[in-house]
Amino acid sequence: MNDKDKLKEVVDQAIADQQVPHVKLKKMGPSSVDIEKLTKPSKETHQEYWGKGLTYFAIGLIIVLVVSIIGFVGYHGLATFIDNHVNVFHFLTSTDWDPGEGKNHVGAAVMIVTSFAVTLLAALVATPFAVAIALYMTEYSSKKGASFLQSVTELLVGIPSVVYGFLGLTIIIPVIRTLFGGTGFGILAATLVLFVMVLPTITSLTVDSLKAVPSHFRKASMALGATHWQTIYHVVLRVATPRILTAVIFGMARAFGEALAVQMVIGNAVLMPYNLVSPSATLTSQLTSQMGNTVMGTLPNNALWSLALLLLIMSLVFNFLVKLIGKRGQK
Amino acid sequence: MKKHSIGKILILVLLMLACVTGCAKDNSKITIVGSSALQLLAEQAGNDYRLTHPSSNIVVQGGGSGTGLSQVQVGAVQIGTSDVFAETKKGIDAKKLKDYKVAVVGIVPIVNKGVGVKNVSMKQLRQIFTGKLTNWKQLGGKNVPIIVVNRSKGSGTRDSFEDIVLHKQKAIKSQEQDSNGAVKKIVDTTPGTISYISFPYANGDNIQKLSIDGVKPTNKNITTNKWQLWAYQHMYTKGKPDKKTKAFIKYMLGKKVQHDLVPKIGYLSIDDMKVTRDSDNRVIKVGK
Repeated sequence: MNDKDKLKEVVDQAIADQQVPHVKLKKMGPSSVDIEKLTKPSKETHQEYWGKGLTYFAIGLIIVLVVSIIGFVGYHGLATFIDNHVNVFHFLTSTDWDPGEGKNHVGAAVMIVTSFAVTLLAALVATPFAVAIALYMTEYSSKKGASFLQSVTELLVGIPSVVYGFLGLTIIIPVIRTLFGGTGFGILAATLVLFVMVLPTITSLTVDSLKAVPSHFRKASMALGATHWQTIYHVVLRVATPRILTAVIFGMARAFGEALAVQMVIGNAVLMPYNLVSPSATLTSQLTSQMGNTVMGTLPNNALWSLALLLLIMSLVFNFLVKLIGKRGQK
Repeated sequence: MKKHSIGKILILVLLMLACVTGCAKDNSKITIVGSSALQLLAEQAGNDYRLTHPSSNIVVQGGGSGTGLSQVQVGAVQIGTSDVFAETKKGIDAKKLKDYKVAVVGIVPIVNKGVGVKNVSMKQLRQIFTGKLTNWKQLGGKNVPIIVVNRSKGSGTRDSFEDIVLHKQKAIKSQEQDSNGAVKKIVDTTPGTISYISFPYANGDNIQKLSIDGVKPTNKNITTNKWQLWAYQHMYTKGKPDKKTKAFIKYMLGKKVQHDLVPKIGYLSIDDMKVTRDSDNRVIKVGK
């Protein structure tokens, strides 16, 4: 009580002393100063608590989610090796995939090889096109043309993967069949489908990387008498290389994880591919086509979880590569 | 102001969550999960059932026979559907489940019309799917290599086909497709392909149904087991079903579904079968 009276005195004194009248205090008038209000947390403080609390809550939820997903996939994926005693080395190198037959038939080498082959080929085919489109958009075209091209690539991103798969099944497969024989299903078809799917990802990230090259680099190069193409080739692309590589890896991550479209055109045969038009299977296609047919907790099911774990690890590796290249680029 | 709107959204989300979880515990709901072959039948039967039983709430989902059996085993759903006997599925304790056979579906080997073969023997069929025959020439057809398109490992149709045709031999590794539709499309367009498919899907300009040992794939031949490639469509419940589930299964086995809906979809009614088959593939004539 004593404290409050003292405070009131101080406040009244302050009001009396003030040179420029304080709007809020003046409105309240000296006698109506509410000490309760002044000593307790204000409305703004409450907002602060609320805002902070909500942010922490959301972040906490996401962290719990991520950890539990990784934990869950890891738990089931490792069960193959711990509970079912499958040899890890055997799992990675054997081509015999028939988990229903027992622990000596759990070899994922076919899926691993095919997944990587499809991913690398798709990135290899898509990158030159993506860089070309990005260069045109940033260096040559008018603003209108660039924004038109940008909306086109964004449209490509928005098309669902099942549509790409369906197009591949109806157009690409028959064409490959007539050109190369066989069934048409295989790595080539998957590469072509994935090429269209990763193109927009790589393109838009490459555009960003080219835009990030400072314009005075270009001007300096021009001033030295370099042609536009010489500038692009020797200056712009050189400076942007680390970020273009990042773009390619993002594209590869997308290709590696794509399931549905690939599953529709790869043929789903667990056979080591001996050429580009022999049917094979990827990690993702095997997962999607098998998961409904296995019973939770059995070896075939655990083996599928191991494939999922492999996918998860690979996407972590891709992320790690992106970080690494980003750091190298900054130096 | 902002504080309020965020708070309101949060409360709304929590309410929605509460509602979703609350609804899931609703006892009047019958969830049917599993075999995609049975999904269509169960859905239509469910819709008709709702007309006469407005308070019922039947949800039908696919997911595969394995999903159906494992979900019903843990009690997550009331009915699990399957193309295969629960006894043949690893990791399923068939003794805990009660089996209701609601329909029979025929399976027929199909080839692309270009191969020039219309009839095979059971032995030849086995040799094709185990990789011993590699050209249609060897079967009196044209000089076209045989391309086997199999069904996904563990799928009900494949299990039934392999049980009857392969006699425990292993199929060659080949392309696998996980749906009737995809199989049909591939065989329809790819020269030299052979696969197998449920009766209702076996049509197409370039698709040739094969006879086996001179027996034509007809419903009539299935009822007497002359055409041996057929499978039951099972509905499994965990132990004894509750009242509402039992009523629905009774409806599925009743006249309206069995004589009306089942033939319309292209399956065979259980009532028409003159033989029964058990999980060990022993065939017994009805009434003996």
